[in-house]
Parts: sequence; C-alpha cells; structure tokens
Amino acid sequence: MAFAAFGSAPAAASSTSSRKSGPIVLALLLPGLIYLGLFFLTPLFSLIITSLESPDPSGAIGAYLYGFEWQNYVNVITDYLPQILRSFLYAFLATFFALLISYPLAYFIGVKLRGRGLIQRLMVTLVIAPFFISFLLRTIAWKQILSEGGPIMEWVHSVGLLGPSQYFIGTPAAVVFGLTYNFIPFMTLPLYTTLERFDIRLLEAGADLYASPAKIFRKITFPISMPGVISGTLLTFIPIAGDYVNASRDFLGSSKTSMIGNMVEADFLQNLRYPSASALSVLLMAVILVIVSIYVKRSGTEDLL
Amino acid sequence: MTLANVSGADLELVGIRKEYPGFVAVEELDLKIPAGQFFALLGPSGCGKTTTLRMIAGLDAPTRGKIYLGGKDITDTKAHERAINTVFQSYALFPHMSVLENVAFGLRQRKIPNPVELATEALNLVELGHLALRRPQQLSGGQQQRVALARALVNRPSLLLLDEPLGALDLKLRRQMQIELKAIQIEVGLTFLHVTHDQEEAMDMADTVAVMHKGRIEQMGAPESLYDRPKTAFVAKFLGQSNLFVGDVVEENPNSLSIDVNGHKLTVPKSRAEKHQGKIAIGVRPEKATFHENGKPQESSDINLIGPGEIIDIRFTGVSNQYQIDIPGIGEVTVFAQNVGKSPVTELGAQVWVSWKVEHAFGLADLPAAGEK
Repeated sequence: MAFAAFGSAPAAASSTSSRKSGPIVLALLLPGLIYLGLFFLTPLFSLIITSLESPDPSGAIGAYLYGFEWQNYVNVITDYLPQILRSFLYAFLATFFALLISYPLAYFIGVKLRGRGLIQRLMVTLVIAPFFISFLLRTIAWKQILSEGGPIMEWVHSVGLLGPSQYFIGTPAAVVFGLTYNFIPFMTLPLYTTLERFDIRLLEAGADLYASPAKIFRKITFPISMPGVISGTLLTFIPIAGDYVNASRDFLGSSKTSMIGNMVEADFLQNLRYPSASALSVLLMAVILVIVSIYVKRSGTEDLL
Repeated sequence: MTLANVSGADLELVGIRKEYPGFVAVEELDLKIPAGQFFALLGPSGCGKTTTLRMIAGLDAPTRGKIYLGGKDITDTKAHERAINTVFQSYALFPHMSVLENVAFGLRQRKIPNPVELATEALNLVELGHLALRRPQQLSGGQQQRVALARALVNRPSLLLLDEPLGALDLKLRRQMQIELKAIQIEVGLTFLHVTHDQEEAMDMADTVAVMHKGRIEQMGAPESLYDRPKTAFVAKFLGQSNLFVGDVVEENPNSLSIDVNGHKLTVPKSRAEKHQGKIAIGVRPEKATFHENGKPQESSDINLIGPGEIIDIRFTGVSNQYQIDIPGIGEVTVFAQNVGKSPVTELGAQVWVSWKVEHAFGLADLPAAGEK
C-alpha cells in the first residue's frame, strides 16, 4: 500500500494490466521476483530469525543459538526508547523542514520557470548536483563549516545566538540540519515532477472565484500537488528515520543525539549483540510501515489519480 | 429560480491601453456595455480581445486607462475582489473536487450561506444536477462547459465574461450551447461579455457586437447594422464576405455619389457612404448581387451593373451556390444564389452580367489593403 504512493499515475494502470497474466507476463516478472526473493525476502527472514536468537550458554561474546527469545524485543524497547523516540522526532522535524524549503523551490522551478527550458533544466541539475559528491564528504564538510573557529560560528557567537561556551556541532539542531540538508533533493524532485504538470490556469480560475492568493494555495495548488508531497515526504521520512551518519559523533552529532541507526551500528559492529541489533531493525521497519500506511490512507491520494 | 432576481451592472472601459514588452496588445479602447446586455467582442486571434477580457477580469493590469463596473472604478482591484466571473476557454475546472464542489467554490470563498443548495440549483439550471458528485474529468466536453458556466453563474456576478467557451466543442454541440447560453442569459438577466473569433456565433447571440482589429475596436453595433453597413474594409471582410470596388468619386448627386472603376460607374447612396470625396471603396454583399446570363440587362439608375464577365468557379454549399465571376478591368466578383430550385447557370465559362440595387451598396471609410480586393 505504501508503494502506491510513490507512483501516482501507474496505480490506475496496474489494475488494467493485471487482467492479462499469460506466460509472457510471468516470464517478464521472473527476474524481478527472483531478485526480490534473494535480496529482500531472504535477508528479511534472516534478520527476523537473528532477532529471536538467544545467547550461547558458553558465554562466548558474539555467539548465539537459534531460538524464540521474544525478550530481545522487550529489551530493546526498554533500553533504547529514547533513541527510538528521538529518531522519529528528528525524522519528523527534518521532513517538515525539507518540505518547507523544497516546496517553494520546486514551485519556482516547475511553475515560475516554465517556458525557460534551459534555466529550468539547469536548476533541476543544481538540485541533483550534491549527489555528485559522496554524502559522507558533504556531511564532513558541513562539520568543518559549522565547527568552532570558523567564520560562521564566530558570527553566531558575536551576535549572541549561542553563548561563549556553547557549540553547534553535536546538538540536536545540528543533526536535524544535516538530515534536512542531505534529503532535500529527495523531497524536491517528486514535488517538482508534480508541480511541473500543474495547470496554472486553475490559479486564475481560483482568483476569478473570489479566492485570495493564500486561499488559492490552500484549496487548489497544495491539494493538487498532494501526490508529490506524499512521495517526497515518504522518500525523506523513511531513510531519515534509519539514518546513522548525521547523528553519529563522527559527523554532526554527539552521544546525546544517537538515533536507532547508531544503536544498530554499535550493537552490530562494536558490541556484537546481533539479536539486539536485529530486533531494533525489525522494530524500526514495523513502526515505519505502520506510520506510512496510516499516512497514505489518511491523506487520500486515490482522489488525485 | 433565485438567479433570475439579479441584474448586471454597466461596464465601462475608458482609454484602455495594454503594452507588453515588444508589442502593444490593446492600442486604445473605449467601450460601454449597458447592464443586462449580451455583448460580443469579435476579432481574429491576436487582435487583443482576450487581453481586454483578462484586464476586465483583473488577471492583467492595463498599462493605461480606467475600468468602471456599475459606476465604480475597479481598475486597481484584484481579480478575487471583483464581482465578475469568467467562463474560461479551457474551462479550468478543479480536478480534485466534485462537480458540485467546483460550483460551490466561489460561494464558499465569499461565505455565502447554503452553498450546496445554491450550487445544486445552478447545476439544475444547466441540466447537470444528476452528475453533481462526479469529477470534472468524467464529463464530456459539453458537460464540462456547462459546469464552468454554472460555476460562474452561481455567484450572480454583475458581469459574466465568456472567453471563447464554445471553441472546443463540435459544430452541432456548439449550436446547441449557443441557444442554451442565450436562453440562460435572458433568464438570469446578467450582463454577458462574450469574446469570440466566430462571427456567426457573435451575430447569432449578441445584442451588440464590437469588431476588434489590431488592438482597436473597428466598429460596434447591432449585428444587423454591422452586417448591412460595415464601415471599414476589415469589417466588411471579417463579418461575412464582401465584394469591394475602389475608384475616384466622379459624380455627386443630392442623395447619391458614383465612382468610376475602369469605365464602370458604381453608385452608392450618400447616407450609406462614410466618405464622399476622392478615392473611396464601395462594397456589396455577395447574396445581394445577382447575375444575368442572357445578354446585357436594361440599365437603370437604381441598379449597379458590371460586366460582361466569365464564371470561373462554382461552389455548391447546400443552401446556396457560390459563383466566382471574373470581370475584365474589375477583377473577381462573388455572387451567392439561393438554392430555390431554379438555379440560373451552373456551367463554368458562361458570360454573365452582374447587378445589384444601389440601396444595397455601402461606402467604406478606408480602402482595402493592397493585395486584397
């Protein structure tokens, strides 16, 4: 159901094509099905099985036995509740800020730059341009830019936005900033593809029918661009909730900003607590699935197809 | 029907001019549309009629000039603050709302009580009450057009603007919508301003037609008088067809004047001529002219007679036959003959004389542009 939100138009088409299911269709689907089975279902089951393993009685570190250790889930929820809540709070904030920044940008490129193909294409390229550089490097670069002693932080201190003993790097604000920055293209592109097709004559019709510019945006532009908003928010919210780079203390975070991803990383790679890390991953996936399903259902995108 | 209780307001344009970078869309426009009238702004594409409509709707601002609605200056009011509604050429129906919500949109914005009831009433007026809960995309072109009309009418605007709303419909549906639109206008008594390039549509529906050309109004009047007495070569050619003859005035009588066209004397009543001296153009409508195949008819002071000429083309259009006659020294003349069962000549190459009553001739204020006759 969540997948329907990513492709706005094909949802209607798939219902008609599903009628024909001859051998050719099956043959065409086979590579995809094999791929899904090998690289999605197998690891998923492996993950679930690992999440239920119990410690080896010998007490060796990193050794586990197959079992049904449901306690693992209770443990991760009690142990990592702050990180779980923080992950979703950060994901919510970063998605919100990304939408706030991306919508005007996408509107400008998709609507205002209509008829200026060259500038429009150039702007779209600029939105994607950050991808040309590894996002680890970009995040490190932000750490440099925003670190103490740099011109920006000097200015921030001089105008008193931060006290002399306060740092920006390592704060929740820095992590949310990094998440927002890194995921803006994922928000902007789906918004742009929706707004690019938006019929601006509807704006004139709205003005003609006594709607103020603010009303026109609320009643016409925004609802019609809803498919883009949904895909954009999903494409940002889901990966942000599982992100472990920005919040890591090597990048923009500190030990006080760890998210689920950081805990999974630590459990898997440092503490060798595989069942715990797996349980946390499964939990993250389940919560995202529930949130996204409710969101897609409630937002009623099927009206816009 | 509560819609019938409203009346439109006068619209007045004073010295309107609209410039865009690089060109002038509207040169100078003065226009007054009395309340309750069906007014048509007629012209070819690019003549500035849609720009004029957009300025009245408030979607574009005039470079100069004033717009008054019901005596009030609305030049600087925003589109959403004007008691004017538009039926757009593209209909511009909101795809994310039902037909009913589309119609109720304007009412909701102005917080009018009972928007759903009023919208239902308006949909019934255009006979679409049974489709109220559909989406606009699920309707046919003609139905969408009627939704657009209902969406505008339901607000009881002082002035309703129609931007070629019938352009996208096929001929049969267009005729039907023309009749319905006119009936609705009479029923609700609003002021309608209809922009179109279809001269038949304009003449059929409007009380007053203004012919626009190159950003100016060339001529304005009732459809009958515009057709009977075009004052410029453009109007004579755009509104129906005309045979035009150019020559110097050689004779002037108390009631008439005559020009000489390569030895042929053509007369026009003074009361039907815009210019009385020098080189002028005289015209006649093709259906007012007749031709004679049996030699030169009797000359008379109340008919204009030219010929002989050769029939070079005959077109059968159903209700009439259209003849092209090439007359040496004058050029091609078009004559329409009604198909009443005794069509005169139907063979190419026949030698004929062409005549028409002096009282049917008209004299123009300008001359046809070089290259056209």
